[in-house]
Amino acid sequence: MKTFQVSVTVRLQPEVVDPVGATIQTGLRNLGFTTVSGARVGKLVEFRLEAENPDEARERTKEMSDRLLANPVIEDYEIKIAEVSLEGAT
Amino acid sequence: MKACVVVFPGSNCDQDAHHALSEVAGFETDFVWHAKTDLDAYDLIMIPGGFSYGDYLRSGAVARFATVMGAVRTAAAHGVPVLGVCNGFQILLEAGLLPGAMLRNAGLAFRHDWVGLRTERTDTAFTGGCGSEQILRMPIAHGEGNYYAEEEMIARLEGEGRVLFRYCDEHGVATAAANPNGSINNIAGILNEAGNVLGMMPHPERASEELLGGNDGAYIWKSLVAHLKAVPVG
Repeated sequence: MKTFQVSVTVRLQPEVVDPVGATIQTGLRNLGFTTVSGARVGKLVEFRLEAENPDEARERTKEMSDRLLANPVIEDYEIKIAEVSLEGAT
Repeated sequence: MKACVVVFPGSNCDQDAHHALSEVAGFETDFVWHAKTDLDAYDLIMIPGGFSYGDYLRSGAVARFATVMGAVRTAAAHGVPVLGVCNGFQILLEAGLLPGAMLRNAGLAFRHDWVGLRTERTDTAFTGGCGSEQILRMPIAHGEGNYYAEEEMIARLEGEGRVLFRYCDEHGVATAAANPNGSINNIAGILNEAGNVLGMMPHPERASEELLGGNDGAYIWKSLVAHLKAVPVG
């Protein structure tokens, strides 16, 4: 078994209105950052995962994302996987 | 007739729901913990409001995996009326028992207020005792009640008459001003395909007695009692 560092970024689908992003955008503009546009807010979920290989790690993470981490009705997700070296595996 | 109120860690409308079901509607009512595996004893299942599991990740996202949800699914498939209010509605959405999802309120605020609801159908287990297009007044209290579904799903819900309640003004018109949260088509409550699962953001249990400022919620209890007497489940 190998250990992988996994990060899943969950975002609202582009066509879904994001009131939180809109609020942040307004706040930034009020602070003087007047050239800000298109602000959107998502979530980042990070964890370590043991798996035989990167493909298996990705497959397991995909299943987790579909079943819990993202709501497919309104959200998309993006998975990043990196093998943790022995020295780094504290 | 027996009803149950499903209790998750973080439910906070369970006591009100129990009071309304037992004292106003007249059901013999039990609280059932989220670990329960069977709900065969009940003629009505209520999933109350609150912040189940802290609303962590997404409202209702974690509650949907609770053991009891398997039993809710089974009961729903057998035609037992299931009523999800507020967080209960969000849980039913996450569980896939109802279609769509909730977004944060469009107005960027937690809304707690009394709203008008237009009753779109009176041939359901939940509204048999209501008049045609009757306006019911009930409180809402939510930050995430902005109902969303894809265009085709909205068209399907509308086409199949599954929008049961719509936010409306005092004349029964579903205006933008009467919409507290940005829900598509002013949707406040929807039914599943079979018509026995209802999710709604407003709180009938908080509007069941005059003492609470209104008793229009009691129309739902009366409708359910009449329905269950006429069509016993199982």
